[in-house]
Amino acid sequence: MDLSRKWLTEFVDGVSPDEINDKDFSEAMTLSGSKVETYRDLGEEIRNVVVGRVLSLERHPDSDHMWVCRIDAGSSEPIQIVTGAWNVHVGDLVPVALHKSTLPGGKKIEKGKLRGVESNGMLCGLSELGLDERDFPYAAITPAALLNDYHPIDPAKPSISADIKPGDKIYGPVVCARVIDERAVLLDTGSAQVAVNTPCPNLHNGDLVAYNAKNNSICTVDDLHAEQREFPHCIPDGIFILHEDCAPGDDIKPIIGADDHVVEFEITPNRPDCLSIIGLAREAAATFDQPLHLHEPVVKGGADGALHELLDVETPAADLVPRYTARMVRNVKIGPSPLWMRQRLRAMGVRPINNIVDITNYVMMEYGQPMHAFDYRYVKGGKIIVRRAAEGEELTTLDGTVRKLNANHLVIADETRAVGLAGIMGGENSEIVADTADVVFESATFDGTCIRKGALALGMRTEASAKFEKGLDPMNTLPAVNRACELVELLGAGEVVDGVIDVLNFVPQPTTLPLESDKINALLGTDVDADEMVRILRKLGFTVDGNTVTVPSWRGDVRLMADLAEEVARFHGYNNIPCTLMRGETTRGGFSPEQELERKLGSLCRSVGYDEIITYSFISPTYYDKIRWSADDKRRNSFTILNPLGEGTSIMRTTTLPSMLEILMRNYNYRNKAVRLYELGKIYLPGGENGLADERKLLTLGAYGDGVDFFRLKGVVEAILSAVRAENVRFEADSANPSYHPGRCARVYAGDTLIGTLGQIHPLVARNYDVDTELYCAELSLAALMSVQGAEPTYMPLPRFPAVMRDIAVVCDESVTVGQLTDCIRRNARGLLKDAALFDIYRGPGIAPGKKSVAFNLTLRSDDRSLTSEDADADVAVILEALRRELGANLR
Amino acid sequence: MKQQLEQLRAAALAAIAQAGGMEDLENARVRFLGKKGELTAVLRQMGKLSPDERPAMGQLANEVRAVMEKAIDEARIELEAAALERKLKNEAVDVTVPGEKVTLGHKHPMYIALDEIKDIFVGMGFTVLDGPEVELAELNFDRLNAGEGHPSRDWSDTFYFKEDSSVMLRSQTSPMQVRAMDTLPLPIRMIAPGRVYRKDEVDATHSPMFHQVEGMVIDKNVTMADLKGTLNAVVEQLYGKGTQTRFRPHHFPFTEPSCEMDVQCHKCGGKGCPTCKGEGWIELLGAGMIHPHVLEMAGIDPNVWSGWAFGFGLERTAMRRFKIDDLRLIFENDVRFLEQF
Repeated sequence: MDLSRKWLTEFVDGVSPDEINDKDFSEAMTLSGSKVETYRDLGEEIRNVVVGRVLSLERHPDSDHMWVCRIDAGSSEPIQIVTGAWNVHVGDLVPVALHKSTLPGGKKIEKGKLRGVESNGMLCGLSELGLDERDFPYAAITPAALLNDYHPIDPAKPSISADIKPGDKIYGPVVCARVIDERAVLLDTGSAQVAVNTPCPNLHNGDLVAYNAKNNSICTVDDLHAEQREFPHCIPDGIFILHEDCAPGDDIKPIIGADDHVVEFEITPNRPDCLSIIGLAREAAATFDQPLHLHEPVVKGGADGALHELLDVETPAADLVPRYTARMVRNVKIGPSPLWMRQRLRAMGVRPINNIVDITNYVMMEYGQPMHAFDYRYVKGGKIIVRRAAEGEELTTLDGTVRKLNANHLVIADETRAVGLAGIMGGENSEIVADTADVVFESATFDGTCIRKGALALGMRTEASAKFEKGLDPMNTLPAVNRACELVELLGAGEVVDGVIDVLNFVPQPTTLPLESDKINALLGTDVDADEMVRILRKLGFTVDGNTVTVPSWRGDVRLMADLAEEVARFHGYNNIPCTLMRGETTRGGFSPEQELERKLGSLCRSVGYDEIITYSFISPTYYDKIRWSADDKRRNSFTILNPLGEGTSIMRTTTLPSMLEILMRNYNYRNKAVRLYELGKIYLPGGENGLADERKLLTLGAYGDGVDFFRLKGVVEAILSAVRAENVRFEADSANPSYHPGRCARVYAGDTLIGTLGQIHPLVARNYDVDTELYCAELSLAALMSVQGAEPTYMPLPRFPAVMRDIAVVCDESVTVGQLTDCIRRNARGLLKDAALFDIYRGPGIAPGKKSVAFNLTLRSDDRSLTSEDADADVAVILEALRRELGANLR
Repeated sequence: MKQQLEQLRAAALAAIAQAGGMEDLENARVRFLGKKGELTAVLRQMGKLSPDERPAMGQLANEVRAVMEKAIDEARIELEAAALERKLKNEAVDVTVPGEKVTLGHKHPMYIALDEIKDIFVGMGFTVLDGPEVELAELNFDRLNAGEGHPSRDWSDTFYFKEDSSVMLRSQTSPMQVRAMDTLPLPIRMIAPGRVYRKDEVDATHSPMFHQVEGMVIDKNVTMADLKGTLNAVVEQLYGKGTQTRFRPHHFPFTEPSCEMDVQCHKCGGKGCPTCKGEGWIELLGAGMIHPHVLEMAGIDPNVWSGWAFGFGLERTAMRRFKIDDLRLIFENDVRFLEQF
C-alpha cells in the first residue's frame, strides 16, 4: 500500500514531509504496527529545474532543425538555450533544466555549445520529467507535416518538390501554404490568406504546410499518408508547454506533483482498513498523537429522475453480498480529471484515465472501498442483479480478455447478461467511454473467500479483489459512494441523482468487550493505566463507555481481550514493555536419546572425513528407475504430491539413495576429486498414523575418489557400530540388491537386527548418473542403530598377566570366507583366545589355484597366570584342528 | 720414575684433549690405562724402587691414574654431547613442508547455526522436539486459527497429498506447537526445528523446502515481557552481549499480540546500509503471545495458562551468519562450499 504523504496531510496535522522526514515518519509508523517497506521522495532526482518563459525564438544559424531561445527563468538576466523541439513559441511557459540540474534517471544537465551556439540548460519535455501524456493530457502533441522538413525516401523521386511554394497543389484539395502568423495561425495559400483552427503546435512563421482547403485544416503526417521518416522533425514529442498557474523561476516540482513523498507499507491481512488513506491517517494520528480530521461527504444532488425508477438492485446471492450500495450520475462529461487529483493518483501508483474512472480510484484509495462505475445505458432494463455466474457463462472483462465463469464466480448482471465480475473487474460491455452520459457507481462488499477464489481461478488478482478478499467493512460503502458523488459535483463531471440504493444483507452487530486493564497488563507484563488504555482505544476509533469497549466496524480483527491488549501495546510501545526472564516452574530441557544419537553419529562421520549434506525430501518417481528398482518394487509406493512444482519434486522419497547419488554426481561433475558425504535425513513411507507418513530417519553415507573402497567404507560402518557399542555385528554378502554391485554389497546386522546396507553402487546405476567412477554408499537405519545401542560400559580390570602371540596361516578354498574362518577360530578357542586379527590374505606362487592363504594373529592370555608356550600351543593346535575339520583349512 | 709419571700424565692429557671421537678416546684409554698400557708398564717398575720411595711413588701413580680417568670421563661426556648435537642437526626437518593430511568432515553450515541455537535453548530448560513433515492440514492450519479460506491454504501455496486438502507437507513448524500442547504435560518449554515446504520456485532466496525453528513456552503467568526478555537473552548469546534489538507489531493468526523482532544491523550499527536496506535493523523472527483460541482448541484454559511462541527461518540465519548470498548453495552440497565451514 503506497501512501502519498501530501494526501495524508489532508487528514492529520504535523506529519508533512517538511515537519518530519521520511525516515523518522517510517520508523514511528513501523513501531506502531504499520510496517514501512520503503519510502521515496518523488522529486529526489529533480534538482534545479524551474519554470521559464520563452522571450524570443530564432532559428539556429548552423542547423536545419534547432532553435535558439532566450528564456526568462526568474533570474535578472535572460538565459540562452538551444532546443531541437518545434512546438515552442514566444510567450510559452516551459520547464527549464538550468546549468547543473538533474532529472529523473540520474540525467545531469550542464551548459555547453550546440553547433557553436551556447546553451545554458535544456527545455524539458514530459518524459524528461518522468511524466507522460496521461499525467498531462493537454500536453499531447499533434504535429503538422511541415513541408520545409520534407526528406524524400528516394531523393531521386521526391513526392513534394524541393522548390514547392504557396499555392502549389499537393493532391486533391491539399495545397502548399506558408505560415504568416504563427499565433493567429494565418496561412498564405498563394491566392489568399486564411485563418485556420488547428491543434498542431509546431508552426512558426515562414513554415510551409500542407493546407486542406476542403476542411480548412493543416495536414499531419498521417493526413498525407506519409511516413514519419519523411518528416523527421514533425514528431508527437516536444517541450512540455505548461498551462498551470506558475511564473518564471518557480520550482517545477510542486507543479508536476514531484514535491510529494511516497511511503510504501506492508499491511498485514488482518488490517484491510489500512489499505486506505483514511485508515493509515487514523494510525498516523494515533502514532504522532495528532487530531484526525475526517470529512463527511456532502452531495447536492438534484439531477432529473427518481433513482428508484431508474435503477433496481437484486441480490439473489445474498450470502455473498453483505451490502450493495449504488448511486447514479447523469449528464456526465467525460474528460480529464484536475491536476490535483491526477497528481495524487499518480503518487499512489495509479494512472489517471478520465474523470469518472479517476474518481472511483480516488475513492478506493481514500476510503479503501473499491468502487465500480458502469455505463447506465448498457444496464438493460435498469436492473442490476448480483448473482452467481452460470456454469460456462462468458464475460469479456475490461482488459479485453474473455473469461469463462462457473457458479463459484459472482457477477454483476442486468436482466440479460453479466456486465461485470463482482469485486474483481468490470465488463468491457459496460465500460465508461467518451460518450458515456449516465453512470452507475457501485459501492459494495462481497464475500472475501468467494472473491479470492474467483480471482485465483481466473488468475487475475486485481487491486479491488486484493482488498475484497480480506473482507471489507460493509459500513464503509455508503460514505464511499457519497464521496464519489461529491467529487463528481466538485469536478463538474456530471449531475447526481438524489437518493441511494442500499441493499443490506447483514445485521450490523458491533463487537463489545469489557475493558479488563488488569488482564491486559498481566498478559503484557506492563503497568499501563486504564485511563491511558482508554485514550489509546479512543484515538483508534473505539468507543469506551464505562468499562465497555465498542469496536469500530472497520476493526473486524478485534474480538478478544488479547486483541485489545495488542492495541494498547502498539501505542504504549512494544519497546516500552519491560524485558523479564521466565519465572515459574523450571523445566528439564534437553535432547532425546534419538537426538543424542544423531549428534554422536554426525560427529563421528565428520571425524572420519565425511561432510554433511542436506537434500530435498521430494524426488522424481523416475529416480527409482535410476537406482534400478524393478517396476513392481513395493518400495515405489510413495506419498505423491498432487500439486508439485514439477515432476522432479513430486513424490516423497522412500529411499535416500537417489538423493545421495544426485549430490555425488554433482560433485563429480564439478570435478571434485575425493568426496565423502553423509546425510541424516528422512524417508517417508506410506502407512503412518492418521493417514500420515511413517517417517524414518536414515544415516546415509556416500563417497568416491582416492582412499575410498569397500573396506574403507566398511571401516566407517564398523566404527559407527562400535561407537554405539552394538554387539554381534556381522556383515552378510547381498548380491540381490539391484542398486549395488552384486559382489560388493553387504547387509550389516547387530544380532538379528538389520542395520542397513553398504557397498559399491552398481556400475549401471552409476552410469544412470553419468558417473564413470566407483561410488560407495551406505544406508543405515537410525531406529535400528538406536535399538542395538549397547549398555553403558562397566570397567573391566586391566590384564595382569602377559599375553602370548601366535601367528597362524591356513590355506583354504576361495569360497571359504574370512568371516567363516574367524567364526570357527572363536568358537573353538578354549577360553584363552582374546583376539584373532586377520593380517594377510595371499594368493599366488606357492598356493594352489582356487586356494588362498589367510593369516591371523592370535592373542592368548589367561587372567590368573602367566601362560607358558605349551599352554598357548595346545590351544592353537585345537583351533588349527577345528579349521581343518570344519573348513578344510590347513596350516600352511 | 717420577719424571716418567709426569711425562705420562702430560702425554695422556694431550692425547685425550686431541681425541676427535669416541674411537680416539678409547685408543688413548687403552694406550695409557689399559692392562698393557703405558701406566701399567710404569707401575711394573715399582718393584725396583726402594721401600722408602714406594709410598710416595704409589701415591703419585694413583694421582696420575685418577687425573687420566677424570679427563677421559670428561672428554667422553663432551664427545657424546657433540655427537648427539651432530646427530640432531642431521635429523632436522623442513618445518614448512605441509603436515600429513588428516581429513576432517564438515558440519553443514545450516546445522552449525541450528546446533548453536539448540544448545542455547536446551540450556534454558527447553526440550527439542521432532515432528512429522507430512502433516494434517488440521494441525498446520485449523488448530492455528488459519481456517478454511485462509490464503496460505491455497493449492498455489501449499503442497497437498489429498484432493480434500486434508494431508499436506507442513508449511511451517508451527503445527509442532499443537502437537506439543496435545501430548506434553504443562508447563511446556520446547523448540522444534525442522523442514518445511512451500510452493516457491527455486531462486537465490527461495526454495520449496527450507527449515524453520519453532519455539513455545506455556506456563502460568507468562507475559509478553517474558517473551522479550527470553528472546533478548537468546540473541545476546547468538550475537554477543549488548546486541540491540527491537520489537515491532505484526500479525500471525495464532498469536495475539504478535510481533516481529529485529536485531540492529551488524554492518552499519543502525545507521542504515545496503545489508539492512537502509533501515538499520534486520528482521530476525516472528513471535507473539499464544492466541487464546489456540490454547482452547488444545483443551488448555487460557484463563489459567498463557504462553508465547516464536518461529524463524534457519536458512536466512545461517546465510546471514556466513555471508552466503545464494540459497541454492545450501542445497547444492558442493564440497568446495561445505568444506569452508
